[in-house]
Amino acid sequence: MYVAVKGGEAAIANAHKMLADRRRGDRSLPAITVEQLVEQLGLAVDRVMAEASLYAPALAALAVKQARGDMIEAIFLLRAYRTTLPRFGASRPLETGEMVAERRVSATYKDLPGGQVLGPTFDYTHRLLDPELAADAPVDPAPAREHEGEPLTRVSDILAHEDLIERAFTGDPDQMPEEPSGDLTREPMEFPMPRDLRLQALARGDEGFLLALGYSTQRGYGRTHPFAGEIRIGEVEVEMDVPELGFAVALGRIRVTECQMVNQFAGSAKLAPQFTRGYGLVFGQSERKAMAMALVDRSLRAGELGEDRVAPAQDEEFVISHADNVQATGFVEHLKLPHYVDFQAELDLVRRLRAEFEAARAGKDDATAREAAE
Amino acid sequence: MSASTGMSQDLASYNFAYLDEQTKRMIRRAILKAIAIPGYQVPFASREMPMPYGWGTGGVQVTASIIGPDDTLKVIDQGADDTTNAVSIRAFFQKVANVAVTTRTRDASIIQTRHRIPEEKLTEGQVLVYQVPIPEPLRFLEPRETETRKMHALEEYGLMHVKLYEDIARHGHIATTYAYPVLVAGRYVMDPSPTPKFDNPKMDMSEALQLFGAGREKRIYAIPPHTKVVSLDFEDHPFEIQHFDEPCALCAAEGVYLDEVILDDRGGRMFVCSDTDHCEERRAAGHRGRLSAEEAYTGREDAIRETAR
Ligand SMILES: [Zn+2]
Repeated sequence: MYVAVKGGEAAIANAHKMLADRRRGDRSLPAITVEQLVEQLGLAVDRVMAEASLYAPALAALAVKQARGDMIEAIFLLRAYRTTLPRFGASRPLETGEMVAERRVSATYKDLPGGQVLGPTFDYTHRLLDPELAADAPVDPAPAREHEGEPLTRVSDILAHEDLIERAFTGDPDQMPEEPSGDLTREPMEFPMPRDLRLQALARGDEGFLLALGYSTQRGYGRTHPFAGEIRIGEVEVEMDVPELGFAVALGRIRVTECQMVNQFAGSAKLAPQFTRGYGLVFGQSERKAMAMALVDRSLRAGELGEDRVAPAQDEEFVISHADNVQATGFVEHLKLPHYVDFQAELDLVRRLRAEFEAARAGKDDATAREAAE
Repeated sequence: MSASTGMSQDLASYNFAYLDEQTKRMIRRAILKAIAIPGYQVPFASREMPMPYGWGTGGVQVTASIIGPDDTLKVIDQGADDTTNAVSIRAFFQKVANVAVTTRTRDASIIQTRHRIPEEKLTEGQVLVYQVPIPEPLRFLEPRETETRKMHALEEYGLMHVKLYEDIARHGHIATTYAYPVLVAGRYVMDPSPTPKFDNPKMDMSEALQLFGAGREKRIYAIPPHTKVVSLDFEDHPFEIQHFDEPCALCAAEGVYLDEVILDDRGGRMFVCSDTDHCEERRAAGHRGRLSAEEAYTGREDAIRETAR
């Protein structure tokens, strides 16, 4: 008779056993390996590394496997691991100009030194499902590229020669960003934010959220007149200064996607007309994320550049507070936790308000009836 | 692959109570500041925890920073020790800190709670840790942190009174039933977390230390023992708590917060203590309610087994 919807420890343990069973699926099929995920679902692994802010392909792949392919769950798993790791320093800024780019395209120049390099892109594929892929047909090796391995000049550096584009940092030298840059996973967040922290928040922000915001600027909600100055994907060296040694030590190579958006800017009272930049940098290969990030970065610079802040994508507190999908999913999904104590309080209030409403109406009806009778 | 063999060893080692000592020190500093400025929201570098945001990460970080091997921990959600998230958080601390746990309010040195304050009066030396979803009492009047911080700094709480007054104008009384704002030590307006306003008076002059942790919003605040906590109201509309028309159907307790339990699909229902420990203690002491026949109680255990299946 008494149906208490409360679970115990046994209920939780059983639910987790069921999860493990569903994760494994049909036992007659071989279990997928972490190595297979790294090699064959590399872009999923990249997204998890990017939004978890941890460059660790094998761990990210394990997270994807453990999360049954649920990307935000996988990002959450990897972040919860990352938070326990000791910090032993900050690397030197990445030299993306020295990147060995596998892909580099520019929409602002027809040709440029090093040329347009398409690389492993979905662009210009016809989106037709491929039955041969399902049948596991053999795949030819990739063709070698001419001049492979040579660094490519950055488009922003070409524009910088004429001062047509703002430098990476313009303005008051006293406000030069501090070294090393901040870390919002170690410091409480406060608004307004310096750009380094903002870029960090965007780099680990949800791809879908940034995509939608970037898109909104293109549709007129805070237009920024962007050109994809350059997108490049490839490996860069990570170096760290070791004070005891007096020189930088190479820690290894990571793969990143960089997007430099070039935006029209008519100038203001303080600044001459010049192209401005929006910047996107993401772990692994994710052009969509890097481009969206660059659009949103530029939009969030509205205040600094003296532009009116009228659209959601220009609102730092709104964008940064809601870009983190691990925070967002936790809070949205916490609604499924019991809230019956508060609901009880609301039930009581609604019943009382209804009783008062009925009493008032009955009183009015009586009065009307009396008037009619008189 | 070598990465996967080294992986399991790396993943297995965690510090006592999960957080590293440096993080605990940072959180303890925030707690000390919070105690020094009652009701003031202290920003802290909230860590990513192995449970979701919104599920008690703030409370868990506070508890993890103050807990020691000699502590006895109680965890409740909705007043009950056996709700799934309370079970899960308690299991977490048993695993990472190996501390003693209890369901008895009086035996606990630390009580972590979501949405309730235990019925039994807390005493000196006890710590009540609240899980807080939205620490800012002004958030739904002004969504911007940059603005609300200014309002607190200037003690500009007019907007809150206007909101409560509008309730009175529209409904005849204040329509806030939980997360009812309080004024702490005559200075800061504070969100008591989404506890029913029924529990607000228990915060006033409490002998226990009350700590509030909001993980996602990265804020910690506190009410030190013996601090004045006043629920906001008006002279002609004084603060009132909820009253229930009937006592607990299991232990006959009056003046406690009750859960409404639906018995059938024809409107049948019963009211039972939300605080399960309080109810069990009363029944053990021989108190009997309207439906306290043994079946009623066994029925509940069956239901738990049912859910577990
Ligand atoms: Zn009871």
